[in-house]
Amino acid sequence: MNRITHILRDQKLGSALGMLVLVVLWSMPTLGLLITSLRPSSVAEISPWWEALFNPLSTVWTLDAYQNSLDSGMLASLINTIAVTVPATILPLMIAANAAYAFTFLNFKGKEFFFAMLVALMVIPLQSSLIPVLRGMVAFQKAFHIPLTGTYASAWVVHSAFAMPLAIYIFRNYMMTLPKELIEAARVDGASNYQIFWQLILPMSVPALASFAIFQFLWVWNDYLIAFVFVGEQKAVMTYRLLRLLGQYGQGWRDVAAGSFISLIIPLLVFFGLQRYFVRGLLAGSVKG
Amino acid sequence: MTSVTYENVVKKFGEMTAVDNINFHVDDKEFLVLVGPSGCGKTTALRLLAGLEEISSGEIKIGDRVVNDVAPKDRDIAMVFQSYALYPHLSVYDNMAFGLKLRKVNKDEIKRRVTEAADVLGITDLLQRKPRQLSGGQRQRVAVGRAIVREPKVFLFDEPLSNLDAKLRVQMRAEISKLHQRLQTTFIYVTHDQTEAMTMATRIAVINKGKLQQIDTPQNLYDHPGNLFVAGFIGSPAMNFFPGKLRKDGDKIVVDTGDFVVPIPAAKAAPYKPHTDKDIIFGIRPENIHDADFVPPNIDAEKVAVKVDVTELMGNEIFLYLVSGKNTFVARVDPRSKLRVGQQAQVMFDMDNFHIFDASTEEAIR
Repeated sequence: MNRITHILRDQKLGSALGMLVLVVLWSMPTLGLLITSLRPSSVAEISPWWEALFNPLSTVWTLDAYQNSLDSGMLASLINTIAVTVPATILPLMIAANAAYAFTFLNFKGKEFFFAMLVALMVIPLQSSLIPVLRGMVAFQKAFHIPLTGTYASAWVVHSAFAMPLAIYIFRNYMMTLPKELIEAARVDGASNYQIFWQLILPMSVPALASFAIFQFLWVWNDYLIAFVFVGEQKAVMTYRLLRLLGQYGQGWRDVAAGSFISLIIPLLVFFGLQRYFVRGLLAGSVKG
Repeated sequence: MTSVTYENVVKKFGEMTAVDNINFHVDDKEFLVLVGPSGCGKTTALRLLAGLEEISSGEIKIGDRVVNDVAPKDRDIAMVFQSYALYPHLSVYDNMAFGLKLRKVNKDEIKRRVTEAADVLGITDLLQRKPRQLSGGQRQRVAVGRAIVREPKVFLFDEPLSNLDAKLRVQMRAEISKLHQRLQTTFIYVTHDQTEAMTMATRIAVINKGKLQQIDTPQNLYDHPGNLFVAGFIGSPAMNFFPGKLRKDGDKIVVDTGDFVVPIPAAKAAPYKPHTDKDIIFGIRPENIHDADFVPPNIDAEKVAVKVDVTELMGNEIFLYLVSGKNTFVARVDPRSKLRVGQQAQVMFDMDNFHIFDASTEEAIR
């Protein structure tokens, strides 16, 4: 007894237990989704998913739902989603990093004003500017005969534009913490702004870039609205396809569960691939102490 | 031939004048130390030379070339920063090679220079490490190494030793001096530490409130400070100051502080004659005040009555904190001195070594 209270008082154990509870709580829906997607519809419609969890051996497992969702073009949609998401993550990342470098390390007229304007732009909701942007895009493609709507590129442009204020803000705040002397040393060493950006600032900003990349990636991956408005049916992304799978009366919900699980895999890989950048203290040791 | 010249250099930050009309000339191969209290503008003066700040007015020349509008990278200088400013994601080797790679020096030459510099600085076995794996002293060496490999015409140091502990600082001081002798290049070094200035410099420029106070060899600066600030700044413990008046007493000129009167030796009196009856400040260094029992031979000593306030035994000498009327001052006396706290005594002022400053202009009278 005494020993148990002693262990409970141990803070590390306490927080570990807390974490465990959170992890179980948070992964429950995902687990439910997985099990549902693997049960035949005849059973899934009359008993809750945890029954299958508690009696795994007496349950019938099937890949029907996966077959259905793949047959309806889930794989093509997966490709479409990747084609939209990857450039829509890298493009704003690079543009915003460049802009943040300028806002942090260069002196130009109206620097503070422009930065304030950019930050202010964050308050404009996506939904309110969606249609004006679309109309602008239509006018643009009429004027220059460059097809935009219905292509991947339209989603890249719109996603990049809407990500820009927050990305610049995050990167600038991060770059402000980089020691100014490093840039000065590089300048004396003979580096141009371009070289300083590519060879020093970018490698040192990896933690900020990676955390933004994760958020932007997940946001674009899960986006329905922009993909629906700008890309549309021809190159249907997964969120669009999932809605179609559900059907008019919601009858396809098991197929949706399977499709959701397919769409989940890549974000998970991305997160586990980049998560170490959250914890890495890249700067330790560059300046005093 | 790489000299450095400051001509009427002014740097303003908004309303604040950081560097106020500075003029001096540094010869080729000189080791000039800019010294002054923190916030005096010495670092700004150096950054102007490096091209990291823009000059408000005046000219800076490296050799015969005016560099006001020349980018830092084209000035042929290398700088060592107070915080070392090593690139955290690059190895020691790459840190040192960085500037050379940018200048498209060929690979073998880079390798040769880096290995050679690493050898000089004793960091050969650290070349593959990252800065975060190094101690303070090692980082400092890498920062110096990064400057050496560039083979610049002028080396700039901005308080490079101030983040090191006392022992390491003494060691690095000697190493930088050695480096200067070895490289035979112009060094310009900023510090607030007068010991660093005195030990390393061929000449010292004392700066206060953005103004150049005096520029001279360490010995001359110590022996003949041009004004009250320099006199108080150079030397440790600092020079003692006594406000007073110059007076004629018969055919002699005497210093009258109100608490004691000391005559100026006849041989030295000439410059002070025009200043009789004026307010002055009388200065004398602690080592020129002696215990009456241990006065060195052949000096022109004058008695002053004092009370001993505090004694500090340093082993090879004793610091006496003395009181004479309203003045307290320090004497650095022979360790055999028998003077004890609270004792009334007489000490001897060495009147071959004193300084007199005009009380209003604070300039030395000599």
